[in-house]
Amino acid sequence: MASKFTVSNRTGWLMAGPAVLLIAGFVILPFFLAIGFSFTNQRLVSPNPTEFTGLANYRQLLGVTTLTLDPVRDEAGAVVMKDGEPEYPSLRSLTRNNPDRPDLAGMREWFSFSTGGDSRTYVLARDVVFMKAIVNTFIFVLVVAPVQAGLALGLALLINQRLRGINVFRAIYFMPVVVSIVVVSLLWRLIYDGQSGLLNNLLGTISFGLIPPVDWLGNPSTALGSIIAMSIWQAVGFHMVIWLSGLQTISPTLYEAAAIEGASKWQVFRYITWPGLRNTAVLILIVITMQAFGLFAQIDVMTNGGPLDSTQTIVFQAIERGYGKQDISGGSAISVILFVIVLSISLIQRWLTREKS
Amino acid sequence: MARISLKDVKKCYGNAHVIKGVDIEVEDGEFCVFVGPSGCGKSTLLRMIAGLEDITSGQMTIGDKVVNELPPAERGVAMVFQSYAIFPHMTVRENVAFGLTIAGASKAEKDAKVAEAARILQMEHLLDRRPSQLSGGQRQRVAIGRAIVRKPQVFLFDEPLSNLDAALRMDMRMEIGKLHNQLGATMIYVTHDQVEAMTLADKIVVLKDGKVMQIGAPMELYHNPANLFVAGFLGAPSMNFIDVTVQAVNGTKALVSNAALDPVEVSAARGPFTVGEKAILGLRPQYLSVAEGAGRLHGAVALTERLGAETVVEVTLKDGKPLIAALSQDRVFPLGAAGDLDFDPATAHLFRPEV
Ligand SMILES: Nc1ncnc2c1ncn2[C@@H]1O[C@H](COP(=O)(O)OP(=O)(O)OP(=O)(O)O)[C@@H](O)[C@H]1O
Ligand SMILES: [Mg+2]
Repeated sequence: MASKFTVSNRTGWLMAGPAVLLIAGFVILPFFLAIGFSFTNQRLVSPNPTEFTGLANYRQLLGVTTLTLDPVRDEAGAVVMKDGEPEYPSLRSLTRNNPDRPDLAGMREWFSFSTGGDSRTYVLARDVVFMKAIVNTFIFVLVVAPVQAGLALGLALLINQRLRGINVFRAIYFMPVVVSIVVVSLLWRLIYDGQSGLLNNLLGTISFGLIPPVDWLGNPSTALGSIIAMSIWQAVGFHMVIWLSGLQTISPTLYEAAAIEGASKWQVFRYITWPGLRNTAVLILIVITMQAFGLFAQIDVMTNGGPLDSTQTIVFQAIERGYGKQDISGGSAISVILFVIVLSISLIQRWLTREKS
Repeated sequence: MARISLKDVKKCYGNAHVIKGVDIEVEDGEFCVFVGPSGCGKSTLLRMIAGLEDITSGQMTIGDKVVNELPPAERGVAMVFQSYAIFPHMTVRENVAFGLTIAGASKAEKDAKVAEAARILQMEHLLDRRPSQLSGGQRQRVAIGRAIVRKPQVFLFDEPLSNLDAALRMDMRMEIGKLHNQLGATMIYVTHDQVEAMTLADKIVVLKDGKVMQIGAPMELYHNPANLFVAGFLGAPSMNFIDVTVQAVNGTKALVSNAALDPVEVSAARGPFTVGEKAILGLRPQYLSVAEGAGRLHGAVALTERLGAETVVEVTLKDGKPLIAALSQDRVFPLGAAGDLDFDPATAHLFRPEV
């Protein structure tokens, strides 16, 4: 029996049809294809047939191990020093064609640390660039989510007033959101320029030439920070508008009641505004987190992951692998890893911010 | 001491004059009710007293302080809003203790004061609930509880009962009356329900279009309304108004009549009246009675409503105008029967026609 839903809503289905088809074709289908590809050795174009390879892609991407090495000693048993540091056996001798350690084959040093004593612990990764991408992405998210949400809330509180001309400010703060991120990135590349960039000029002028020009995007220690700052600026207006809508759901009489009880500005925020924004805060945190994990356009336009892989990110890697290196299965595996990360973080956030009854 | 005095207080929103010069004195410990039709400025006036709206001109004092420029918190007032305005994310206990929390009171002090307020309002069992788990009347109690813990000198109520059903409204009305006796604080209460006004008030202020129509004790307003508006606003069913012609004026009395009314001599205190002029005679339905003999008003019964202890009769007078009589027994009148009514001239009010 045909249900009312499928029959009498023919017009409705016809209208929804194009959108449903597009979503199915460009969101749902690729989602499942990516999961499928990630277990194969599929390449973008390849004469060889595709083979099922199980978890090989994931092992390649996520393979990490630690190795503790003792320093090289001379005949007397004393530690051999080189440039004031103890010398350690070369890692290459272990990771390249070493029949004793087949498990280390192809791994590279990610970073190393010493836990006191002479020995040194090395963390080896099968794919160091991807590890850096994960770390950078997490740094990006951990900085952007609180700072952007906080700034947006500050702006929303400033703007949520009945003042003449307040709409002009709303429009100004919202403007960067409307401009395409690619355009914004191009503009900021000029701002961050190492020679005559706006930022260097500005810093030079206000410090009377004391601050020397910095190649913001060309320096591994400033590149990621510069991208973080620009990304926060770009989307802060969007989240401001969401906060604003949250603020406007709080009944004005609650503020009047608080005024009569003598609450200070801070107490009003603490007891009325913030609790009233609880749901908005959850929404904003999840949205910012998800957007931040998707960091790509800024990197692609401004740094291409460099310098020295200091701005590699997960999505940039996924696209670089999938299309740059035509390794569609590796790119797919990265997307699936990202999906799992974002899903788990969203679930954790929801759980942490749940309504406690 | 919390005597409240308003002197020529005005309020304008841009070009809109909402309060047009109001003089009101509320004595310490008095229960004062503002009544008036919707949009007459009751809430605005109350919010000005609370300090939520500023005063365009005039002077307002609470106690012996001029409060025109004082922020709400420093006026020593507590307000109960029509929409309750209780904080949705706090428990009842936290809501009631809010003012104390703000003032940085100790936990012991808060517990003691909340317990006392809860006892007065009989809501001890509700203290750990959230507002969403309360009924309308219970929320109202929480709002009142929050107002009373700080022991303010002045309570302001803005139509606190208008969201409640009739039965609950009557209960809460009595509770507010009791509360006033218990606390002895000055209270100003806004309502458009004249029953609330009549039963609760020591003093009623009748407002219309931002102006004071009359101020006085409920019975004074009922028995001696200053003008047609007050006469028509208080009392249910409302006062009958009959167009009459002045036949003769004799000192403080005037002789009036019309086609359906035999000449009758009534008080002319709201004069001056001149012979031959039109005037309006106000007759409360409750003071009309069925004529034993000829009667003074002549008409025919158009409708009867039997309410048990009372019978409301609509009579169409000879000149075609309707008249309502509220008779204090259960009586049956056949439709269309001659309805001759009588009244004591001392209970009639003669008004000059409004221009
Ligand atoms: N912010 C404002 N700007 C302009 N006019 C206003 C404003 N607030 C109230 N008014 C006007 O002031 C008048 C009085 O409003 P107020 O709320 O005091 O009426 P009220 O007597 O309390 O009526 P109700 O019984 O319906 O609550 C109304 O005509 C209203 O339109
Ligand atoms: Mg009102």
